Amino acid sequence: MSCNDLSHCAQLLLQVLLIGISNGAVIALIALGYTLVYGIIEFINFAHGDLFMLGTMFSLTVVTTFGLRKSTPGLQLALLLVVTLALAMLFCATANVVIERIAYRPLRSAPRLAPLISAIGVSFILINIGQYWNGASPVDFPNLLPNIDLISDVMGIKGSTVSYSTKDLFVIALAVPLMAALRLFVTRTRLGKAMRATAQDREAAALMGIDINVTIALTFLIGGALAGSAGFIYGLYNNTAWFLQGFRGGLMAFTAAVFGGIGNLAGAFLGGMLIGIAAAFSDFFFDPRWTQAVVFALLILTLVFRPAGILGQTVREKV
Amino acid sequence: MKPVSRRSFLRVSGLGAAAAILSACGGAASPTAAPTAAPTKPAAAATTAPAATSAPAGGAATPTTGAAAAATKPAAAATGGAATPAAGATSAAGTTPAAGATAGAAAATKPAAAGTTTAAAPAGAGNPNTIKIVSSLPRTGSSKGQTDTIVNSIKMALEEANNKAGSFTLTYDDLDDATAAKGAWDAGKEAENAQKAVADPDVMVYIGTFNSGAAKVSIPILNQASLVMISPANTYPGLTKPGKGEANEPKVYQPSGKPNYTRVVPADDIQGSAAAGWAKDLGAKSVYVLDDTELYGHGIAVVFTDTAKKIGLTVANSGGVSEGIDTKAQDYRALAQKIKATNPDMVYFGGITQNNAGKLWKDLRNVLGDKPMLMGPDGIAEEAFIKDAGDAAEGTYVTFGGLPPDKLSGAGADWYKRYKAKYNGEPEVYAVYGYEAAKVAIDAIGRAGKKDRAAIRDAVFATKNFQGALGTWSFDENGDTTLTTMSGMQVKGGKLQFVKELKAAT
Repeated sequence: MSCNDLSHCAQLLLQVLLIGISNGAVIALIALGYTLVYGIIEFINFAHGDLFMLGTMFSLTVVTTFGLRKSTPGLQLALLLVVTLALAMLFCATANVVIERIAYRPLRSAPRLAPLISAIGVSFILINIGQYWNGASPVDFPNLLPNIDLISDVMGIKGSTVSYSTKDLFVIALAVPLMAALRLFVTRTRLGKAMRATAQDREAAALMGIDINVTIALTFLIGGALAGSAGFIYGLYNNTAWFLQGFRGGLMAFTAAVFGGIGNLAGAFLGGMLIGIAAAFSDFFFDPRWTQAVVFALLILTLVFRPAGILGQTVREKV
Repeated sequence: MKPVSRRSFLRVSGLGAAAAILSACGGAASPTAAPTAAPTKPAAAATTAPAATSAPAGGAATPTTGAAAAATKPAAAATGGAATPAAGATSAAGTTPAAGATAGAAAATKPAAAGTTTAAAPAGAGNPNTIKIVSSLPRTGSSKGQTDTIVNSIKMALEEANNKAGSFTLTYDDLDDATAAKGAWDAGKEAENAQKAVADPDVMVYIGTFNSGAAKVSIPILNQASLVMISPANTYPGLTKPGKGEANEPKVYQPSGKPNYTRVVPADDIQGSAAAGWAKDLGAKSVYVLDDTELYGHGIAVVFTDTAKKIGLTVANSGGVSEGIDTKAQDYRALAQKIKATNPDMVYFGGITQNNAGKLWKDLRNVLGDKPMLMGPDGIAEEAFIKDAGDAAEGTYVTFGGLPPDKLSGAGADWYKRYKAKYNGEPEVYAVYGYEAAKVAIDAIGRAGKKDRAAIRDAVFATKNFQGALGTWSFDENGDTTLTTMSGMQVKGGKLQFVKELKAAT
């Protein structure tokens, strides 16, 4: 690291931290999908990362269809972006429910490895759909968000190394409320209660009159919607769409879910943030090619000392 | 058993299996696996292509013994293929290298045995008057735009010769060394193509590869069969030039002891140094160097770094060495922050479009603003790069080992006109090299005058003062072109525009 004095160094570190938080928020959104499904049926949905990729692809198609450009008038742009987000969430939610119905539900009572392999198969199918959709190389996702530096242009602090733009804020402003809403839904609503009950004991929940199939489908619906929103945010924030992004994104998110304690919502959030921040610092201090190694070394270290993940001790109160 | 204990047990085993499967599919689905290992250890690259593993190490015990048999007895291949046990054995080696080795050994000791099974000996099926030229290029994925125009040019060269070379009728086969799953070249696919070519007794010339890393896989396989290779696009110096790559290059690719690999495009020892010289001319005092960790990208970044230091530029990287990027990363913002802190005048990226160059460009521009110049090699000299990087591509400096089609003169200018008329579109920068490679092949087959791999290989290497679309040039003893023309281009208005001709910096 090259910095001139203490203040400059501190500013650089703060900057890297801010980058990590924005990236971590996207990872956390995807991680929630893994953790939700695992919490309910103890099954790792490997296709989830690729569903996130389809979310970006779908958003790109919708944005292109609407003909949105940076020059589109502000209000119209904002409204259509909200519509795009809603459509992307709907699309991924529907897709996830369909996938569950076709590829996972018939295997629910099969040996544990069967649905896992089925999920990997679905993952490859989605990757190929993504490649068919937008080709093999990364494609440009239009840069639609205003990119105003809040530190220098809004707060008026000049000469600072740190910049925090409206784009970074957008990620947090969208991801955090979504995650909070999910938590409220699971803890405060009847359907959420049904989900928790199913997670605790599927047979007993069924005896109490809870429709297990509907509850599980609902879990996939919510997970899919979160993946759709993550795909939308990713496209707008990173301005790129690539058929392979889901593999890396999914791997990071799955790691985040395990890191935080799989099955635990707050854990997925925390894990996502920590991984985003760790990756940003690793990019900054070492060659970026070592970032994967650093992230997974952290994961292994954590699991050695806390096998259930950071927040993973409450096994009974999953979801 | 109580449900609780059952479930907690399953949780553990399910997760363990999940992790195992995840890591397994990580290896298979991640294109970085092969390329990452390549630049540091040539031998490591070979492990991704089972058939090539021990081939470069020593000819005697190679799994592709079918080909080795031909190598130890070149005369066998020379007789037109009828007596080449190599062919039959190698087709078996294509699927199972281990089995191929034994089959090959058996065939070598008992040639008659191989001859009796006609299915396993396509050698006998060859037509004495037909010679086949194959090309192996990434035909799937985003390189397709570029390779489409190369293949068009090869076809054009063949048509212009009326598909004749001397008394032979020429046929052409367009092989793909990329897979849809990777969207880019694949070591296993390239090895398969090479083995397929060796096994077909009609194949006398192998045009390829596009990516230097892929050439590393196929050269040793073809070398043992004395099958000549003409690359229209590989620029990694170590493939041909002793002392310009790893210590054991290029000998490691030549188990038969004789080179079989040529290229019609100047190598990166010239391009990387011309790029550094151009950077200095453009007014850069300090440069930050990145690469995609592949054989080609890392290779040219090293040449660029070394030359930059030699001609008095500061290399801003910590330690003064090129830094490898994570080619699958979601973003490069933190990396861009690190670069920003060193305040360079230019950022140089040694790599190809398919390794996330577009996203890298966006983050560099976003964080660093308009100030530093961005430069890359011929690996990003294509439409796909401009499409990926979007607005961020604007102003990028790109070097290229030759001249763009519209700057060619003489025969090249004629070719450009004919190409546009025939295919009704613009050729990409490497198209003319595909044309030139095919022309050289046709010329060499005519001069060799016989359907014999070793003779045609020697004729290709003997190419002197060849008057082609690129001008008048020769192959040197390493198989390199004597041409050294480089061009400097810049992205302006979403198009690659020629700026000036470059010379290697000294």
